[in-house]
Amino acid sequence: METLYLIFIDPFVQMAIEPAFLAEVLIGGLMSGVMYSLVALGFVLIFKASGIFNFAQGVFVLFAALNFVGLMDLGVHPILAFIITLGIMTALAFAVDRLVLRPLVNQNPIILFMATIGIAFFLEGFGESIWGGDVRPVRVGIPDTALFWETGFGEILVLSSDLFAGVIAAFLVTVLALFFHFTPVGRALRAVADDHQAALSVGIPLNNIWVIVWAVAGFVALVAGIMWGAKLGVQFALSTIALKALPVLILGGFTSIPGAIIGGLIVGAGEKLFENYWGLPLLGGATEEWFAYIVAMIFLFFRPQGLFGEKIIERV
Amino acid sequence: MNEAVRNELEVNNVEVIYDHVILVLKGVSLHVPKGGIVALLGANGAGKTTTLKAVSNLLRAERGEVTKGAILYRGERVDALTPTDLVRKGVIQVMEGRHCFEHLTVEENLLTGAYTRTARRAEIHDDLDAVYGYFPALKSRRRSLAGYISGGEQQMCAIGRALMSKPQTILLDEPSMGLAPQLVEQIFEIVKRINEEENVSILLAEQNTNMALKYAHYGYILENGRIVMDGDAAVLRENEDVKEFYLGISSTGRKSYRDIKFYRRRKRWV
Ligand SMILES: Nc1ncnc2c1ncn2[C@@H]1O[C@H](COP(=O)(O)OP(=O)(O)O)[C@@H](O)[C@H]1O
Ligand SMILES: [Mg+2]
Repeated sequence: METLYLIFIDPFVQMAIEPAFLAEVLIGGLMSGVMYSLVALGFVLIFKASGIFNFAQGVFVLFAALNFVGLMDLGVHPILAFIITLGIMTALAFAVDRLVLRPLVNQNPIILFMATIGIAFFLEGFGESIWGGDVRPVRVGIPDTALFWETGFGEILVLSSDLFAGVIAAFLVTVLALFFHFTPVGRALRAVADDHQAALSVGIPLNNIWVIVWAVAGFVALVAGIMWGAKLGVQFALSTIALKALPVLILGGFTSIPGAIIGGLIVGAGEKLFENYWGLPLLGGATEEWFAYIVAMIFLFFRPQGLFGEKIIERV
Repeated sequence: MNEAVRNELEVNNVEVIYDHVILVLKGVSLHVPKGGIVALLGANGAGKTTTLKAVSNLLRAERGEVTKGAILYRGERVDALTPTDLVRKGVIQVMEGRHCFEHLTVEENLLTGAYTRTARRAEIHDDLDAVYGYFPALKSRRRSLAGYISGGEQQMCAIGRALMSKPQTILLDEPSMGLAPQLVEQIFEIVKRINEEENVSILLAEQNTNMALKYAHYGYILENGRIVMDGDAAVLRENEDVKEFYLGISSTGRKSYRDIKFYRRRKRWV
């Protein structure tokens, strides 16, 4: 009886009693959700365009952040560091295309997947040998003041850095959406995602497109890495946290950009709510580690294509 | 004029192997003159698509390879070029089964055809209008996703998309597939107009021999990866073997028709 009460009644009573706390939990969750979204977005871009599940996307986030922070620690201005890192990520895209994708073109997807696991471990080790394994704080001048937001039901604490992250993420997604829909290259990317053969037949060079996609995924990883680094410091655990993008993908669908965004927000908010209202009182906490994976697994039973999995257009 | 210049496209004794072992084309030769419509006829599996892909070089993406012979476009060897290079040179393939980009709108599909061009916006816009001129049905569907339009409209979309690349030669693979007869006729009429008005040469692969020979100037018949017959379309139409095997008509009339029917029925049972 007691347990049932704790599961089904008490959490909602708590939410009703202290709506301001609920709002804070939600905002905190949505903010980590934004990070998941950004990593998931990188996965989706590459998966859509080349059908490759890029296991290394999480490490891309780490690697980009390491380079950025490393350059800044050498005294490089943040903007210049950003540009140089972008160059490095683009070079990485070229290298992946030349050294991995071209030789393996037309191979079984599982072989390409294995190749990306190789890339992941290589980059992680390479990053460490260049920049060392210490946790490095990111100081890009994102203000970290606490803002108090007065509402009818109490005061809500919001970190300005969280707001900033939200705005940047929204901006990034908007820019990508415009790029995909209103530029010839963006259109070609979507064409390749739809039908490789047809894209080839109209003269779209697949390899160039793949390089562009990997570079864009690198760019997204860099933004995610900086924002994440600003919160937690740049550390090797980032690449593990980034694996949270997997349940996000299962929720949102592997081919849907809006799915990646919304899936990330759901996972972020869901795990914080669960931790605060169910995990802590019932299980003693630490549910954030696995909550998303369980949800994803349950989700798989009911909607394996994800919430927004691209509609498979079938005609008879 | 010498042969090499008069022929827009020359396929000389080409052999194609898939996956390093499957020999599909066993020495195919054909010519497409400038401004001509040349039909490549043959049953399913004869090697028509493979021949077109050998020219457009889409073969490599399917692990196919030209192992013998040569392909010349305007007298120049093109077997080592990429599909992108070929599209830039003016040779584009319209693939069998349409292959429109389903999640792009009709207009976006057309625009992807212009990807290799460096033309100005205004020029591309005029070309879009020209395509809508040939295919008015596409204009009213321009904002629909290509996955949701009818099969006939998809065929128009695929041809229109190829036109947007400003081609000199179109390799057209089975445009009649799965379409109602009047629609096929309508599409062939437009193809003929494109051929005449834009002076585009066309290599047309078709199983629908009747329709293809009505519009083509010249025809080749492919069987099992070999050209077994070729001639002016008018001559092929009157040829007894062609009539019997490809047009379903023969001097013995009904009897042969019944044979075909019997054969079909048996095929379904086995
Ligand atoms: N990618 C491929 N790999 C192996 N064999 C193929 C491939 N594509 C076609 N073939 C074979 O080549 C032969 C000719 O096919 P195709 O050129 O498509 O004929 P058609 O277009 O005349 O129907 C068929 O026997 C087919 O099975
Ligand atoms: Mg075919």
